[in-house]
Amino acid sequence: MADRIAMEFEDGWVVNLGVGMPTLCSNFVHPEREITYQSENGLVNYGPLAVEGEEDPNLVNAGGQYVIPIPGMAVLDHADAFALIRGGYVDVTVLGAYEVAANGDLANWRLAGRKGGGIGGAMDLAVGARNVFVMMEHTTREGAPRLVERCAQPITAPGVVKLVATTLGLFEITPDGFVLREIAPGYEPDEVQAATGARLIVPPDLREFQTRA
Amino acid sequence: MKNKTYESFEAAVADIPDGSTIMFAGFAGPGTPRNLIAALLAQGASGLTIISNTPGRWADGEIVDLKVLVDAGRVRKAVASFTAAPHPSMSGVFAELYEAGKIEAELVPQGTLAERIRAGGAGLGAFYTPAGVGTELAEGKEVRSFDGRDYLLELPLRADYAMLRAHRADELGNLQYVHTQRNFGPIMARAAHTTIVELDLPIVPAGEIDPDHVHTPGIFIDRMVVVPADAIQETVRNG
Repeated sequence: MADRIAMEFEDGWVVNLGVGMPTLCSNFVHPEREITYQSENGLVNYGPLAVEGEEDPNLVNAGGQYVIPIPGMAVLDHADAFALIRGGYVDVTVLGAYEVAANGDLANWRLAGRKGGGIGGAMDLAVGARNVFVMMEHTTREGAPRLVERCAQPITAPGVVKLVATTLGLFEITPDGFVLREIAPGYEPDEVQAATGARLIVPPDLREFQTRA
Repeated sequence: MKNKTYESFEAAVADIPDGSTIMFAGFAGPGTPRNLIAALLAQGASGLTIISNTPGRWADGEIVDLKVLVDAGRVRKAVASFTAAPHPSMSGVFAELYEAGKIEAELVPQGTLAERIRAGGAGLGAFYTPAGVGTELAEGKEVRSFDGRDYLLELPLRADYAMLRAHRADELGNLQYVHTQRNFGPIMARAAHTTIVELDLPIVPAGEIDPDHVHTPGIFIDRMVVVPADAIQETVRNG
């Protein structure tokens, strides 16, 4: 999934990666594309995750993982880091989610029925980044779909998600709903539809999940 | 020149009364004023309102952060961008107290939290942000449209005290942070009546820090304590 999402990063993009699976995207970027990573705790142009023994206790990404500095790195305070985000300087944010709806609604901060939630930077990123991509398991642990007609979980931002990679495929959100662009090897479109809570548009040029050789 | 240097963490937090509102810098470790938090715990102030990115870590362990104040029952209310762990597999005392209605909380998107703190220190009355529009966080807030886009009215945050950790300072309190230690430090330093900082390195004479390389001017700093070698250092945590 991380591999597939990272293929969408264009040359020159500023990329913000959410906590968890999305941080894996930084491992798969095309070497010929120049990508700048931004982290909402105040880093621009940071390097890969630090290997054991190379960690600096005062250099972490937004997921709290130790990263290494690269030439050209800059540090901002928290207000400036979010000014950068809301100001439109981030080309894409890759976030995890509980649910994504066919109209692009994103739900990733609180589970219905619980009082507490974890927003972190998600609400600012969802409205500030030029593109919002999501990476998530296709269904919940109980087998319920995460791609849905309307979110049952409280939303983070309305109508912002453009692309979703799940364990079963790559889905583009269009004015007509979810389009199944690519499918995981070994699956048929009707199996993916059965695990999805909204109508899938299956185009004639459906491809298998594309990954770099 | 006003002496801002305190010999101990204990002395730097001695006058903090019950019911104070305190901002705590720090994000995922770096910048967390762990020694000041430990001293505040020992001092015993309770009924606190804490303003921070999270109300402490969610995992158990020996690390000192805001969790020790929450666990000891010293916190009445938290203003933070997390009132539950970032992942449902984690829990923690704060989440249990909050779900049970035994602690108050105000959940704020992280960028809005930072900007409310910035606005508090910058003398602003309020600001409008697009974050949270169309969500349940917008309930009860003024929505206003500018150039065809909707924004929420958000109010500034101020505090009685702010606590932060920085890398080094001169005797006037001109501060430098190192890497992501900076996070909330510069904005919280301005938004509190009394700002207390713990420092990695010994205090240097005025003029030692290039004025063009000061991250937080000393005018915002009231008290400083140098972290002794045998006190709590920011270390690499595994997992």
